[in-house]
Amino acid sequence: MESIKLHYDVPGDDFTRAGAASGDVKRTLKQLGISPSVIRNVAVAMYEGEINMVIHAGGGEIDVEIDENKISMTLSDHGPGIENVELAMKEGYSTAPDNIRCLGFGAGMGLPNIKKYTDDFVIETEVGVGTTLRLKVNIT
Amino acid sequence: MENIFHSVRLDDEKCRGCTNCIKRCPTQAIRVRNKKAYIISDRCIDCGECIRVCPHHAKYAVSEHFNELVKYKYRIALPAPSLYGQFNNLDNVDYVLTGLKRMGFDEVFEVSKAAELVSDASRRMLENGELQRPVISSACPAVLRLIRTRFPNLIKNILPLFTPVDLAARLARKAAKKKNGLENKDIGVFFISPCPAKRTAITNPLCYDGGIINGAFAIKDIYPVLVQTMDKLSPDEVEPLGDSGIIGVGWASSGGEAAGLLKERYLAADGIENVINVLEELEDEKLNDLDFIELNCCTGGCVGGVLTVENPYVAKARIQRLRKFMPVSCNRLPHDFHIDLMGWTHELTPSPAMKLADNVIKAMRMMSELKRIEDELPGLDCGICGAPSCRALADDIVRGYAEENDCIFWAARGSSEESLPAPFRKKEVVSEKAETTSNDFEENFLKDE
Repeated sequence: MESIKLHYDVPGDDFTRAGAASGDVKRTLKQLGISPSVIRNVAVAMYEGEINMVIHAGGGEIDVEIDENKISMTLSDHGPGIENVELAMKEGYSTAPDNIRCLGFGAGMGLPNIKKYTDDFVIETEVGVGTTLRLKVNIT
Repeated sequence: MENIFHSVRLDDEKCRGCTNCIKRCPTQAIRVRNKKAYIISDRCIDCGECIRVCPHHAKYAVSEHFNELVKYKYRIALPAPSLYGQFNNLDNVDYVLTGLKRMGFDEVFEVSKAAELVSDASRRMLENGELQRPVISSACPAVLRLIRTRFPNLIKNILPLFTPVDLAARLARKAAKKKNGLENKDIGVFFISPCPAKRTAITNPLCYDGGIINGAFAIKDIYPVLVQTMDKLSPDEVEPLGDSGIIGVGWASSGGEAAGLLKERYLAADGIENVINVLEELEDEKLNDLDFIELNCCTGGCVGGVLTVENPYVAKARIQRLRKFMPVSCNRLPHDFHIDLMGWTHELTPSPAMKLADNVIKAMRMMSELKRIEDELPGLDCGICGAPSCRALADDIVRGYAEENDCIFWAARGSSEESLPAPFRKKEVVSEKAETTSNDFEENFLKDE
């Protein structure tokens, strides 16, 4: 059976629109009758990814593919890339500037949370080129 | 599908089939079919927004007729705290309560009195730490229905207690039976209600047995007679009936219930759009640092109910003034009270009305089709098809409730380019036309000069 494909452009530096893509995915999954806990995992992981794109990368693109077994998300940006992935994966580590922290973001929970809420987490990053996250949440 | 009772109804004769209500319904529960609005029962949460926006007054809320009172030997009124905000220059609620008795009630039991007990029980439950935080208030029945249809994941966070009006009814009924040796059937208990959602909730409660309250009168219906009765009262006729304080009466407006918990980490949101936004954030676990979330569908809280008379902000200001002369709280639960006695007896079940199909594979197939149709629709959300948006029409089409030709733009496809509505014309034609118009305009403008 054919999967459902969704595509979103995430604009940079616009906090008011961050969350629009994850909100739409959430609505779609609810209509499909996917279990609430799976929807929660997808929504949280995707929102964190979306916010990361806005804070660090000047925006990017998200592709979501839903099939009967899993929800796959590819979040890619052409931002600065991550120098030390191991450090970035640590809870509480953040490179967000003060003005972003003032908005309540930049707690250093972004990547750790994404990993926590997904069943499959792959990060590809190159300094100066960008970052791509490949995430999967299984439908159980 | 369960049999769903609603208090919001449509007067077919007054309805002109315009797009006001379909556009404003927060759960997209209304469609226009054959030039009349139609409410999709399992999506309606009885919030009353459509009553508010209908310019032809075709939407209304069901409530009891005063004749209903004669059926009972002993009649009890349960006035909502929002009632107190409806009167100008009121500095003592006893006038309102005595007025109600003069109108034909044998007894008045303030809902604000029971609200103070609910506040007390909520404080204890929060202290015990047995609740899933953030705890969501269960007082607004439209919010409860909204959560079960759109946010079933949050059901576990809802405070599982009676609403103040339900507790008030139980206490008043029990006391009347004991005091007057009456049987249940002799006692008529009536709520003086600010909104249709509460009317629905008392006749068909979701989380406990009903039958305790016999009906509801809308504040707006009782108001004219009540004001006249109150005007005729001389000061020595006024009975000292008021028995609630700042906390109880505060429940009338947004933030009142939360303030009564004496906690700092709370949020109070009112107005249905704001409520939905908060629930979305809560679902995404962005509000996990809060203890309590108070949500009211109406702007300003219950004082903003669609069956009230006064502007919610005026009503709120009046209640603030009234509260100045009140003690903090007049009612407490006994120390050894078992809170279970005022707890839910049935679980709140999800009712995901937006789900496309029970089978995920089938739902996915329908979703693919929905997306394809949505892409082909003009995206104007004009409402002429009778659905609130192009997305909603696509949704209706895949469910078999509508067809593509309901969209006038879709129906006009294949006609000659000229006769097509703008969104379906090829780009060049549109820009060419626009250019000519602007040139014409410029020429005419210069001529006039």
